[in-house]
Order: sequence, then structure tokens, then C-alpha cells
Amino acid sequence: MILIRCPYCGELRTEDELTYGGEANIARPAETVSDEAWTDYLFMRTNPKGIHQEQWCCSAGCGQWFKVVRDTVSHRILDVWKFEEVSQAAEEVA
Amino acid sequence: MKIRQYSLRALALCALQGHRDWPPAWRTPQPKSSYDVVIVGGGGHGLATAFYLAKHHGVTRIALLEKGWIGGGNTGRNTTNVRSDYLFPESAAIYDLALRLYEDLARELNFNIMLSQRGWLTLIHNQHQMELAAHKLNWLKCNGVDGEIIDRAVVRGMLPHFNMGRDARNPVLGAFLQRRGGTIRHDAVAWGYARAADRLGVDIIQNCEVVGFEKSADKITSVHTTHGRIHCERVGMAVAGQSTALAAMAGFRLPLTTHTLQAMVSEPIRPVLNHVVISPATGVYVNQTQKGELVMGGMLDLYQSYAQRGNFPTIEKVLSAVVEMFPSFGQLRLMRHWGGAVDIVPDSSPILGPTPVRNLFINCGWGTGGFKAIPAGGLMLAHSLATGSTHPMAQPFGLDRFRSNRLVDEGAAAGIAH
Ligand SMILES: Cc1cc2nc3c(=O)[nH]c(=O)nc-3n(C[C@H](O)[C@H](O)[C@H](O)COP(=O)(O)OP(=O)(O)OC[C@H]3O[C@@H](n4cnc5c(N)ncnc54)[C@H](O)[C@@H]3O)c2cc1C
Ligand SMILES: [Zn+2]
Repeated sequence: MILIRCPYCGELRTEDELTYGGEANIARPAETVSDEAWTDYLFMRTNPKGIHQEQWCCSAGCGQWFKVVRDTVSHRILDVWKFEEVSQAAEEVA
Repeated sequence: MKIRQYSLRALALCALQGHRDWPPAWRTPQPKSSYDVVIVGGGGHGLATAFYLAKHHGVTRIALLEKGWIGGGNTGRNTTNVRSDYLFPESAAIYDLALRLYEDLARELNFNIMLSQRGWLTLIHNQHQMELAAHKLNWLKCNGVDGEIIDRAVVRGMLPHFNMGRDARNPVLGAFLQRRGGTIRHDAVAWGYARAADRLGVDIIQNCEVVGFEKSADKITSVHTTHGRIHCERVGMAVAGQSTALAAMAGFRLPLTTHTLQAMVSEPIRPVLNHVVISPATGVYVNQTQKGELVMGGMLDLYQSYAQRGNFPTIEKVLSAVVEMFPSFGQLRLMRHWGGAVDIVPDSSPILGPTPVRNLFINCGWGTGGFKAIPAGGLMLAHSLATGSTHPMAQPFGLDRFRSNRLVDEGAAAGIAH
């Protein structure tokens, strides 16, 4: 079972108390980009087997969204941080 | 004398010899240095592709490469529900073709796939679901696919152990029923296609992982494997949850994410449940195997995962829903639980046909429900590999649909559940 400590309210939440929000750091491009770039933005995902930067929401708690670095095979949580912060673990894998 | 064709006569003859004369169902060949077609992935879709490519298109220099053992991916982990009650004409055409092919497959492959068309029921718990079912039925009629709505009394007759009492959390108004729906023995589909393809000359190479592609311009010239390099003219790929990694090796991206879908079985008991039943209130479904185990599954784990194992939150959700539906099943013990890595596409429809690499064709994105589609998926990929063009039925499912924004949104329309 996935357990993540919410960086906002500080509570340890189980996966049932959280909502998954997919890959992190996908920025919406300008509307003038090519159809290919727009398709990429909307649909294409890195989907790695291993280290993944992703978004979660403390939906049964304080309701805040935050970012997580997680291994998609072992489900180990490597880092959790607020949107306005920078993650050490995320910098290292990037 | 080695007996190759399975029959009652063969069974009797071999019994007299103490069953010593059965030959292996397929060979264990060493890979050759070159093939016309290399198929990556020995699940149902890859194996069916190999079979139809050899049978319908006369291609014989085919290698099928499987990193583990055939059927060891999602094909051997799935809950084997088959049906064709999809909404859009494009999907109905594909899934009903698959079901029709399954209906004749045991004869075609000379392998008993244990097709059991025991009826697939989607329960109707409220007026809204009743209207959705009526809407779906109209679509099915237009698509020429069978289906009917049955009332509460008929459901009670079909599911005698179902909790129809006043205390039931989800009352039942009726059900949507597809009588041609049911189950098939999953391993038999993999093994039947493998044996038939092998007899047509396909080299099925297990424990052989594809680790890279060698390209010249925008074509693959050879495939790098854990057994060395293999030259080839065309490549077909049917690796389900591993599709992103294979596409990355070939140099393009796919609109899919990999998630865990779990299932579990109880200890075996005498026949108590003659149909497959799913509740849209919980997404949980259950049927009984020929061995007597109750097979149960539920919703997909919503976060990305390649874990291929189960976990307790989902087990709890599935079991509590099953016991709510069938209180007497609460006496049973759980025997096994497991997970598979499924490939989820935004519109819950498969991706079939060409890729940005000119001689690489794909079959993926079946997500939580591609077992029922195996014969059709194999036919489509075989067509692409043989002709270089897309079968008309596969056209709506091309990778280009994401750019042209012509999604086939069965996820929203039919509320896909396996
Ligand atoms: C728990 C569960 C329940 C399900 N229930 C149903 C159901 O009731 N009905 C239904 O219709 N569908 C169901 N499905 C979905 C169904 O199982 C899949 O859609 C279907 O089996 C996909 O078949 P496939 O041949 O594409 O993939 P797979 O059977 O997964 O085969 C892909 C193969 O590719 C191999 N491979 C991967 N990478 C490489 C590589 N680099 N080199 C060589 N080989 C490689 C893998 O080892 C694997 O054997 C379920 C799935 C799961 C997990
Ligand atoms: Zn919180």
C-alpha cells in the first residue's frame, strides 16, 4: 500500500485517501504551437518503468496538490514536495 | 508414432500407450540470423498475429520473440471475460469479429479453448443505469450485436445466491445481458495459437527479450535481443504494458500509461454461479471457473505501476463488494491474488497499425479488456505486417487519431470494464 506524508497538513495518508494526478511538470504550451506539439502535450506521457515524477492530491485531507518522486516498480516514495519548492531527488534524476 | 492432431481417437490411442506418445505442442528453436517478420511479444495478440500471418498471408519466415514464457503477461493473468457489447460501430465491429472468431477457434486451432458462453450480466441498480442500458441496447441493435435487458425476477432466477433483500446496499432493478458473452480458458488461447503457428513454421522463441532496434533512415533493419541480433524486413509489436519502452527504443512516444489491474480467486467449490456478473456500482465482477474457483476483479489501480502484483486496498474493495452481492461467499477463503501491467489509453480504445517507423506496426492499448479481442487484434496486425497497409476495420484505431482528435471514446461511451 502506498503511504505518503502530505507536505501541507503533515498527515501520513494511505493511497485511498489520496488522488493520483499523473505525470508532473507538464507545462501547457502556447496555443500557437504545432499540432504535433499540442498532441504531445495532451496525450504523450513518459510512463517510465522506474523513477517517476508525479502529482498527488491530499483529497481526503487538506485538499492540496503536491509532487512526489516514486518508483513505479517498487512503489517506494523517494521524495515529496510542495509545488513552490524544488526537490533534491527530482533534480538528481532529471 | 507421434500423434499430432488432437482428437478423441488420438486420446484413446495415447491412453493405450500410457500417454507417452504426445509430442511437445511446439518446438523450441534457436533464433535464425534473419526473418521476414519479427513479432515482439508472446501474449495472445502476438501469437494470434503469427498464426494469421502464416495462415492467411503465407508468410513463413516468422519469429515470435517473448522475453519470458508465452502467455506469461496479461494473457495468462486475465479474468477471461469475453463479450462484444461495445457502443461505437468501430469498436463493435472489432470486438464482435473477435467473438465470432472465438466461437469457431477450437476447431480452427484443433485446441479446446473451453469457450463457455454462459451469459454476461451488467447489473442495473437505478433508473439512470436502466436508461443507459436502454441507450446501449439501441446502439447494439444498430451495430448488429445481440443484447437484452432482463428484469429483476429473471436476474433472481439466474443468480440464486445474489442478495436481493431489502438490506442490499445496491438494489437490483434488472440487468443488461449478452448471452453470447462468457469466459474462455486463457492459457488455451495462448497455447492453441502457439501450437497452430508452430505447425505453420513460425519460430516461437521464449526467454528472448528485445533490448533495442537498429535503424537505417526511418526503418528497422535488425532487432537486438538477449540472444543476439536478428535481421528482419518488418516488425510487429504487441507488448501491452511494456509498449512505452519498446516504442522509445524505436524512437517514438505513445499516448499511454501503465497501471496495475488485479484479480483474485477463492478456493474451489461446487457450481454456485453459472454466469459472469458485474456491478456498475463498484466495478467489481465475479464468475466461477470450471475448476470451481470464484474469479473476482475490480477497478484498475489509478496510479501508474509496473509492479505486476496485488495489494490490500484493492483486495479489500473487491472482496467487500463481492460479499455484499453474494453474502454466502463470505465463508470462502481467498486462494491467490495477482496483478498485471496494463496499457491504458485516454479513450480506452486500442492502438493498431502503422507507427512513425516505416516497417514497424503496433498492436497495443487494449488496457483492461483485450483478451476478448485477441483473434481480431491478431488479424489486424497480421494484415499490416503482410501488406504494409491498414485493414479497414483497424483504420479508426490508428496512432494518428490523437493528432486528428478523432478519439473512439469507449471509456466514456460503454464504460469499459474489461
Ligand atoms: C487482472 C487482469 C484481468 C483482466 N481481465 C480481462 C477480461 O476479463 N477480459 C478481457 O478481455 N481482458 C482482460 N484483461 C486484459 C487482457 O489481459 C489484455 O488486454 C490482453 O491479455 C493483452 O494481450 P497482449 O498479447 O497484448 O499482452 P500480454 O499478454 O501482456 O503479452 C505481451 C507480452 O510481451 C512480452 N514482452 C514485453 N516486453 C518484451 C520485450 N522487450 N521483448 C520480448 N517480449 C516482451 C511480455 O513478456 C508479454 O508476454 C485483464 C488483464 C488483467 C491484468
Ligand atoms: Zn494534506
